[in-house]
Amino acid sequence: MTTPGVEDAVREKEPVTERRLHPVTPLRRAWAPVAVVIGWAVHDPDQAQHQLTRLTATTLLIAIAVLVPVAALYGFMTWWFTHFAVTESELRIRTGLLFRRTAHIRLERIQAIDVTQPLLARVAGVAKLKIDVIGTDKKKDELAFLGEREARALRAELLARAAGFAPETAHEVGEAPAHELLRTPPLDLAISVVLTGATWGSLVAALVVPSLLWLATHSVWTVLATAVPLLGAAGATSVGRFVGEYDWTVGESPDGLRIDHGLLDRTHETVPPGRVQTVRIVEPLLWRRRGWVRVELDVAGSSNSVLVPVAPRAVAESVVARVLPGVTVPAAVSRPPKRAGRCVPVWWRGHGLAVTDAVFAARHGLLRRSLALVPHAKVQSVRLAQGPWERLWRVADIHVDTGADKTVTARLRDAQEAAELLRAQAERSRTGRRDARPDRWMAPPADGVEAQESRRP
Amino acid sequence: METGSPPGAGTTGDETAEPAWIGLPPGLLRMRRLLLVVWLGLLTLALGLLLGLFAGPAWAAFALLPAALTAWGWVLLGRNWRSWRYAERADDLLISRGVLWREETVVPYGRMQLVEVTSGPVERHFGLASVQLHTAAAATDATIPGLDPAEAERLRDRLTELGEARSAGL
Repeated sequence: MTTPGVEDAVREKEPVTERRLHPVTPLRRAWAPVAVVIGWAVHDPDQAQHQLTRLTATTLLIAIAVLVPVAALYGFMTWWFTHFAVTESELRIRTGLLFRRTAHIRLERIQAIDVTQPLLARVAGVAKLKIDVIGTDKKKDELAFLGEREARALRAELLARAAGFAPETAHEVGEAPAHELLRTPPLDLAISVVLTGATWGSLVAALVVPSLLWLATHSVWTVLATAVPLLGAAGATSVGRFVGEYDWTVGESPDGLRIDHGLLDRTHETVPPGRVQTVRIVEPLLWRRRGWVRVELDVAGSSNSVLVPVAPRAVAESVVARVLPGVTVPAAVSRPPKRAGRCVPVWWRGHGLAVTDAVFAARHGLLRRSLALVPHAKVQSVRLAQGPWERLWRVADIHVDTGADKTVTARLRDAQEAAELLRAQAERSRTGRRDARPDRWMAPPADGVEAQESRRP
Repeated sequence: METGSPPGAGTTGDETAEPAWIGLPPGLLRMRRLLLVVWLGLLTLALGLLLGLFAGPAWAAFALLPAALTAWGWVLLGRNWRSWRYAERADDLLISRGVLWREETVVPYGRMQLVEVTSGPVERHFGLASVQLHTAAAATDATIPGLDPAEAERLRDRLTELGEARSAGL
């Protein structure tokens, strides 16, 4: 038998109420057999046609009579065996029929929470809740599907608990009020898509390559096999981007950054404060006359990468200032010394570096300029690298590794400057953490620590 | 103020102000050179025998190629071994390495996620162990190869201790 003390401790815990997902969930897998059949048909059209003509009504009916209940049963079973519960400090997900899996996600480790609604889910009034934590498989830690209202309530509750509100009040705190920072007008978005090189590049490729192939081979299948993926890519870069980034809204709330977007599929992302590791301000060549920029961000363990799809520079910079508190985007960056041109001809002019009290900002690119900002507190390690040719011209590269597993590089700095920078940057990233906010951002620092300590055995 | 100063090219005069740079023990160099000689020696022999038997003694001269490679590798390994060094400062670990492609890494103790001591069968035979530091960024390549196991364990314990004291996470 186990020791009585341990048993008491186990029993003492408040009973955890487990919940199930929304009952429409089994249907999400219903299309799988259909997809398999379509995939097979596309893969081998001749064979498929041959087989289809052989099928009689009876065999078809039998197939349906077998397949549909099996799929339905599978869907039902996965739904029945998936439970989730929110405890004081964790989100628990229990799933699996044959292979059991229990995930306990620590709330203060949550990097971002997304509520996404694919088109069909919007029709059904359900939503998917995705929780980003570091180092796990993305697909597994999502709750699909929940009722729309339930998803929002759960997100609010998770964020409230992660923020450090007392468990009893976490229910009542509700959604933190959001204050809108920016909304992208559809016209601007459309113009920005038109003014993007990738859009035209993929479109031209989708038209030119199949016609050339037609001239060369006169084979319909070859042309179709290349044209379909190319057209798909062209559609994804133009129409797909417009649809996905339609009505892009960035809001600020005590729970962190709110990003809502999408025309057909709606996505509501929440990034709690202090989770942003890197911000990149990208300025494509064709946008420069209009003074537009695109802002991307890196959050550890999250696939969200766009903060602002298109906005005037001043607006974008004000959003960046909100995302990274105390950071102003440096107006000017210092270029590498002229002799760097011997290492990287022409493009050396695109590189630049500015270091302020709060950020390490490195720019690269000549036509499509990209300025990456890393707050000193987010730097994991600093590296100086120098190849033989670079040593000849007395230049060196500084790499700054961030927590989102990305590296920001300031290339071609003067060797002496780089060596000083390496030391100074290490010092800054060490001290930069001191005034950072705690993981539980709403909890008063001392109390939060005490509460955590007292909970430990 | 800072304790360190740049050790790059041309600043060797500042070495005195440096925190103690520690080089790698000679055991690593011995192991690497032995492996080089064994493998390339075998290759030389095999090539020489095969060519001498099947293509004529003149062709056997090609066996000198791996032999020359051995000599070259002998020098390269020595240079590379000398270039490796590390220093424990008050708040961060410095690792400097490379002859042609130089790289210097600074990892603040507070950012360490885990410290790993590894030792393969060959390394164990020579009484060597490597220490590897992991941060949240996979690009942080902070490995110190070929340490004495006792030193590796001391370093591991010290790093973990310092990392705990200065822990900062992401």
